[in-house]
This record gives sequence, structure tokens and C-alpha cells, in this order.
Amino acid sequence: MVRIIDRRFDSRNKSAVNRQRFMRRFKGQIRKAVADAIAGRSIKDLDNGESVSIPARDLSEPQFHHGKGGVWENVFTGNDQFSSGDQIQRPPSGGGGGSGKGKASKDGEGEDDFVFNLSREEFLDVFFDDLALPNLVKTQLARISEYKTQRAGFTNDGTPANINVVRSLRGALGRRLALSSPYQGRLRELQRQLEELLETRPDDDPEVLQLKDEIGILRAKIEAIPFIDTFDLRYNNRIKIPKPTTQAVMFCIMDVSGSMDEEKKATAKRFFMLLYLFLIRTYEHIEVVFIRHHTIAKEVSEEDFFHSRESGGTVVSSALEMMRDILHQRYLNGAWNIYGAQASDGDNWENDSPHCRELLSDTILPFVQHFAYIEITPGEPQNLWREYEKLTGGHPNFALQHIEGLPDIYPVFRELFRKKLA
Amino acid sequence: MSTKRVRRKQPLPSPGEWTFELIEAYHAEIDRVAREFGLDIYPNQVEMITSEQMMDAYSSVGMPVNYHHWSFGKSFLHTEKGYRRGQMGLAYEIVINSNPCIAYLMEENTMTMQALVIAHAAYGHNSFFKGNYLFRQWTSADAIIDYLLFARNFLTECEERHGEEEVELLLDSCHALMNVGVDRYKRPAKLSLTKELTRQRERAEYLQSQVNDLWRTLPAHQTKTQVMEERRFPSEPQENLLYFIEKNAPLLEPWQREVVRIVRKVSQYFFPQRQTQVMNEGWATFWHYTLLNTLYDEGLLTDSFMMEFLHSHTNVIYQPSYNEPWYRGINPYALGFAMWTDLRRICENPGDEDRRWFPDIAGSNWQETFDFAMRNFKDESFIAQFLSPKVMRDFRLFAILDDDKESKMQVSAIHDEAGYRRVREILSDNYNLGSREPNLQVWNVDLRGDRSLTLRHQAYKRRPLHGESEEVLKHVARLWGFAVKLEVTHEDGRIELLKETRQDRRRTEGS
Repeated sequence: MVRIIDRRFDSRNKSAVNRQRFMRRFKGQIRKAVADAIAGRSIKDLDNGESVSIPARDLSEPQFHHGKGGVWENVFTGNDQFSSGDQIQRPPSGGGGGSGKGKASKDGEGEDDFVFNLSREEFLDVFFDDLALPNLVKTQLARISEYKTQRAGFTNDGTPANINVVRSLRGALGRRLALSSPYQGRLRELQRQLEELLETRPDDDPEVLQLKDEIGILRAKIEAIPFIDTFDLRYNNRIKIPKPTTQAVMFCIMDVSGSMDEEKKATAKRFFMLLYLFLIRTYEHIEVVFIRHHTIAKEVSEEDFFHSRESGGTVVSSALEMMRDILHQRYLNGAWNIYGAQASDGDNWENDSPHCRELLSDTILPFVQHFAYIEITPGEPQNLWREYEKLTGGHPNFALQHIEGLPDIYPVFRELFRKKLA
Repeated sequence: MSTKRVRRKQPLPSPGEWTFELIEAYHAEIDRVAREFGLDIYPNQVEMITSEQMMDAYSSVGMPVNYHHWSFGKSFLHTEKGYRRGQMGLAYEIVINSNPCIAYLMEENTMTMQALVIAHAAYGHNSFFKGNYLFRQWTSADAIIDYLLFARNFLTECEERHGEEEVELLLDSCHALMNVGVDRYKRPAKLSLTKELTRQRERAEYLQSQVNDLWRTLPAHQTKTQVMEERRFPSEPQENLLYFIEKNAPLLEPWQREVVRIVRKVSQYFFPQRQTQVMNEGWATFWHYTLLNTLYDEGLLTDSFMMEFLHSHTNVIYQPSYNEPWYRGINPYALGFAMWTDLRRICENPGDEDRRWFPDIAGSNWQETFDFAMRNFKDESFIAQFLSPKVMRDFRLFAILDDDKESKMQVSAIHDEAGYRRVREILSDNYNLGSREPNLQVWNVDLRGDRSLTLRHQAYKRRPLHGESEEVLKHVARLWGFAVKLEVTHEDGRIELLKETRQDRRRTEGS
């Protein structure tokens, strides 16, 4: 007889392990493909999944088989024109008529890329793999908003849902044993007497009847001991333990002056978008302060930061001043890890750049964990870069990077936030 | 549809959606008819799975359990992509050569398809697995699932002990040699889980001691070697590379030998399938066609059922011509189905031509002839024996000789009186694994020198090895631990060194 088994509900995703192995093995290629992909994407779908292609030769599984050449004789179907002995021109390679079918199919899939889809999670995993905010300090356990519940033995009171049946019944059993033991002893005693009496006396002897009465009373007493009592109940105890968390704030400063043309702005936005994605994905308690500036700086919402189109001249110091003020007002209570990232084309009002450097070195860098400056310009570094360069020696928490165009974003991003070994 | 048929029974309902009760009802009828035809089968186990699980099964070479490896992940991604985009339909079924015989049915299939699959897999393939000599000889249907379970657990344990990466590299190398890791002529020992477990340790210790012995014969001083008689090792060339490596590679750890052995066993298990594609698929197709038609004649199947069934059946046995863009060689389902169908015709209604070509079987009892043919042949010999002129004519078969020394190709034979035998011969040779795959042998180990291993490719019709072979050679070197040479023996007897791989053991261990 046939056995029909319904397996539709068990072991889904059996291949997940194999899929992970595949991803791990080709991490390098996948990461490269992801980096290429990021350059070609619009900001909106940055964090979607991605179809990734890997050169097929990288993941070939070689076997011994025949190559082209030598003598082959093969059989084909559907003869419509040939007779024995006909000479035929060799078709151009890869055509259906020529070599053996084994060969043809192998040639066919030779150089094609292997394409597959990454889910959003996998995409971002690859993307932000091995990245971390530098110098994050976990000193402050401020703002405990998260608790972990953990088992902590048993208690005498709690909600019915948490009743521990085994413990409760074990308690009840113990109590029943304890409370009934005096009666049990007496009962055994009386029963022994009764048996002795019965050997010599008839059933309706008054003494026998009296013993029987007493035994009945004792039995009733034992019966009356409750099977389970509120006193026996035990509850699983769960306690909440605060989970230590770190909090951080990131200042995103973007130059939107006239000299930043559309392309540069797009690059800057994309950089910050990456940064933002990275932060919200990796760190739970993170605040992001968006500052955009031309001649005057303005703190804006995420929406405005990425999508507003206002523009003007350039005074970079305005943004730094704003950052300094916000920093001092809101975040300098010792509870925050503070980070800053600034993107500009470096084309500042000439006299302002030294001022920026001073602002940065005196009022900002001493308080921040890390500050990164990204200059987006296709050619030579501009005056802001030259000023900032002077800072690099004395401030290990300051980094500056140069982005020429979209393809540089990802490498620079990785460079800035590469996980450093402690 | 014929009008005279007497409908004896109430037809089974054929809704689009299947139910477990209906599957059982259909199965019972198919089972009854199959027994009337005398099909001998393993007990059936039908498992309903989702399309995702089907892809899982697909990518782990159709087995319900298998060890983990990235290549299965690759194949899953590949299948998934094709399926999602609708480029490729999934197979309707997968059937496993085990006892009980496990057939997977996809939940997306309609009731008709489920019945088709049951007839095809659970009766067609199943009886073939049980009867064909290759499967009987080379695979242990009773033990394969247990063995794979053992293999997966063993490999997981290895990964825990030695790291995933180490195991993965080893598996890569073994996989590269899968095709040359089978015994083509010798019958392998039966598989058994308990035996595997109890013997595995013994074997590990024993093998290690053997290998050490092998190297202990090395003379301490170079000068003495001249005196000693030249001794060849192995004394006979060996065709099974994985076996040779498992037993003789000097530097492998016991667990590594066991892994080589596992890959070798799995490869051996699939070896008969590779040799009986046409026969096996043709057999299963013939039987689903015959069984369901019999049920229809009895009045058990509705017309709509038959229309859907015939539609699928026709797709399965479609054979494009050589000049059509979707020509992918000969469709094993088409050729196999045609051959079995024609064999029945030859038995039942032989013509003069058939009596001339098949004096022994023309007019014989078709069921007995079928049983004999199914049990004792593989593709190569089946075609050589039973491919009839009629099938060659129907397929309009022709053979082309492609000699790279000639400027033009030549039609060597076509489906005519002069060419039948030649076409049949060539087609049979096309299915001969021995000529389809390169012939490689372990030729020699330089016992007294650098311990290098020499492989020889026996060239056949001047066919060269594919360039990929260099990559495979690196894998051989990784397993062997010392230099590996690849030589080719040309048909005129010339021997040429194709490639040599140096192997620095210390470096590979670091990587």
C-alpha cells in the first residue's frame, strides 16, 4: 500500500545553509558587484535587494572532459536534405549542426555571468559588512529603553499564565505527605489492631465496630487534605535586566552652495544616504542631525536634507558654528558618542577656510569621537582641503577623503568606517 | 474518441485541485493496472512538497538529505532564478532510487499531473530501479538514505573539528574528480549505516597504517635505489582516481580519507543513472502512457483528464529537428519512449523488416521481452540491440563525421537501408560513457623520487582534454600532496607530458 506523506510544512529553507555557504565563498565578487550596483542606483532604492552577477568562470566546478578537436561522429534528428557521403561546410562555432551535443552545450554556457538575486537584508549585510563607527565608547549606560527578560528561579506569586505545574504539584505532594503523616501512622496502627481483633472476634463485635469507625474518621481526615492549595502554587519568575546600550549622534553637514553642481550634490547625497542607512541599521540608539548650508546653515529634517533644492554662496564656517552650538546645547552631557561627517566641494570663501579649521580644531574635534571630511571634486583639492590637511597630524580622530565621482563612494565609505581591530 | 467503448465504471473525478483522498484513489487504480502488467516495484512512498522544497531537492542532486556545500547553493540560486522568471518549469517529480521508493509530488500540480507523476515515477522509474542490472549491482536502494545521513553528520562533525573552510576545499577537490571516481567494472560493497559507523574508525586506522607502510619501503639512501629492481606502483593502471587517492594519498588525515570516500560513494550511486537515461526515461514514459490509457479504456478517467494528460505527454516527448533553434540534442524521453513503443509493436505486430532485424523477438510475448530488455541493458547496449529501422526513419536520424583535419564535415550515414546499422552503431557509441568521457588512469607514482603522481589520458579519436583539466589537476595535487603530472597517450603510442603541477604542502595548508 502506498504511503502518502505531507511534507509541505516541514523543513522549509533547507537550502539556506548552502546559500549562505555560497555567499560566503564568493564574498569578494559579491561585494564588488554590490559596489558597482550602488553607483548606478537612485537614492530611493539604495536599500532594495539587488541582482548580482558573478563571472561564471570564477565559480566553475571543473571536471575532466573533452575539449574541441579530434574526430567526432554524432547522430542528429530530422534529416531533411542529406544523403550518405554529402560534404557539409562546418557551421560557425556554437551552431547546432557542428560538434557533439556535449560540447555545444558546454560552449554555450561558457562565459555567461552567473546572475542571482540578493534579498534586501543580504544586500545590506554585504554592503555594511565589517564596518563600524570608530572609537565608539560604551561607557554610558544612559537611556535604558531596552530590557531583556531572563529566568530567575520561581516565586510564590505571579500570574496564572506563569504557573509552573511541575513545581506546584511537587509542592502539593509534599504538603499532602506532611499533613497526612500523623493520621497515616495512626491509621496503620488501627488497621493492624483491627486485623488482630478480627482473628478472634466476629465482624459485629462492638470493639471491631469502634475501630472501624475510628478508621473511617481518619480516612475522612486524610481525604480532607486539599489536593492542591494556593499555598502550593509556584510561578516561573522572570525578571527584567536592563540591556546596556550605547548612544551616538551623527552630524551630517552638506554643502549645497552654487558651486556644488547637480552631480556633486547627487554624490554627496548618496554618501550621506549610505551613512544614514548604515547607522540606523547597525546602531539602535542613534540620532542624526542634518545640517545643510550655503552662506547660512540650517538644521533640517531628513526629508529636506535629501530632497530640498535650495542653493546659494558658500560660507562653510556657518555650518560648523551651528554644529558647535547644537553639540554644546544638546549632546555635551557625557552620555553621547559624537560623530561628524562633512561633505563639500571644498570651494569655500577664501578667508573662511582658516576660520573653519580653527573652529574644527578648537571647538569640535576635542568633543567628538570621529570627524570625517569628504571632498567631492573631480580635480585638484580646493582651499578647504588644504586647510583641513593641516589638522591631520595633531588629531587622530579626524579623517579626510577625496571623492571624484560616484564609483569612489563605496571604497571611500569603507575606508572611513572600516572596522579597526582593537 | 471511439464510440463503441463500453464504460464499465464510473470515472474518477478529475478536478483541478488534488486531495489526499483522490490521490489515494488514483493510486489504487494505477497500482491495480500496474500489477496486471506485472510490474515489480519497491513499496511506494509519495511525499507532497512545495515548489521551494522541490528546488531544494533539485539542488542537492535530488536527494532528500545531503551534506552542505556551496555548489548546492549555487545550483539552488540558478534553479530559483529560472523558476521565478518563468524561463523554466520545475520537474513535476523527483524520484529516488531507494527502498521504499520515494517520489516527490509538487503541490502546484493538478490532479491529472499527480496521477501522471505517480504512474511515471512510482511505477515506471520504480520498477526500473528495482529490475535493471546496473542499479541492482551498483546501488544499495535499502541503504542510500541512511548512508547520506551518515555522510552529512560526519561532515558536520568534520566542520566543527577542522573548520568549514578546510572541509569545503577538500570537497571542492573531491567534486572535481567525481566523474573519474567510479568503478566502472567492479561491483562496490553494499552500503549499510551501522556497518559504516562501526567500521569507519577501524578503516581510518588501518588505512593510515597501510599508507605509512607504503612509504616505509622507501630506501634511506639514494645510492641503493639503483640496485633495487624498478617497481611500479600501482602495478596496474587504476581508473578510479578517488579510490586510489583515498587508499594511497600519503598525506591525507583519516577524516579526509573518509570524506573522499563519501564523495566517491555518492558518485558511484549516480553512475547507473548516467548510463540509463534513454532507457529509464523511456521506460517510465511508456508506462505512464500505457497505464493511464488502460484506465481510460476501462472508463475510469474522464475525457478532460485525458486531454490534459496527453498535452503534457506530448510536450515531454517532443523532439525538435537538428536545424530548429531549440534543438538540444536527442531528447532521451522521446527516443526512449519511441523505442519501447516500437519494441512492443515488433512483438505484437511484426512486419517483414522486423522479422529480418529481430528474429528472436518478433512475435514474442511483449511483456516478457520488455522485462528481459529492462533488466539486462544500459543505453549503449539497448540502442545497439533494439533501435529499429522504423524508429530511425521516424526520427530521420543521420550521422555526421566531424574530423578537425578535414575542411568539411561528412554525412557518414542516414536512415536508409545502407545506413541503419552504421547510424545505430554511432548512436550507441554516443551513449557509451567510455568514449563520451575522457579515459584517465592513475599511471604511476614515483616511489623513489619525488613521490609525484602521473595520470595518463588515453586519447580516443584524437580528442583532446578540455582546458579546464588544468584546474582539475590542481585539485588532484591538493589531494595527493605532491607534484602531479598529466600525460597523454596518443593513438600512435606517443606519450606526451601535458601539464605538471607542483604542490607545496605547507602553502596549501595555510591557504
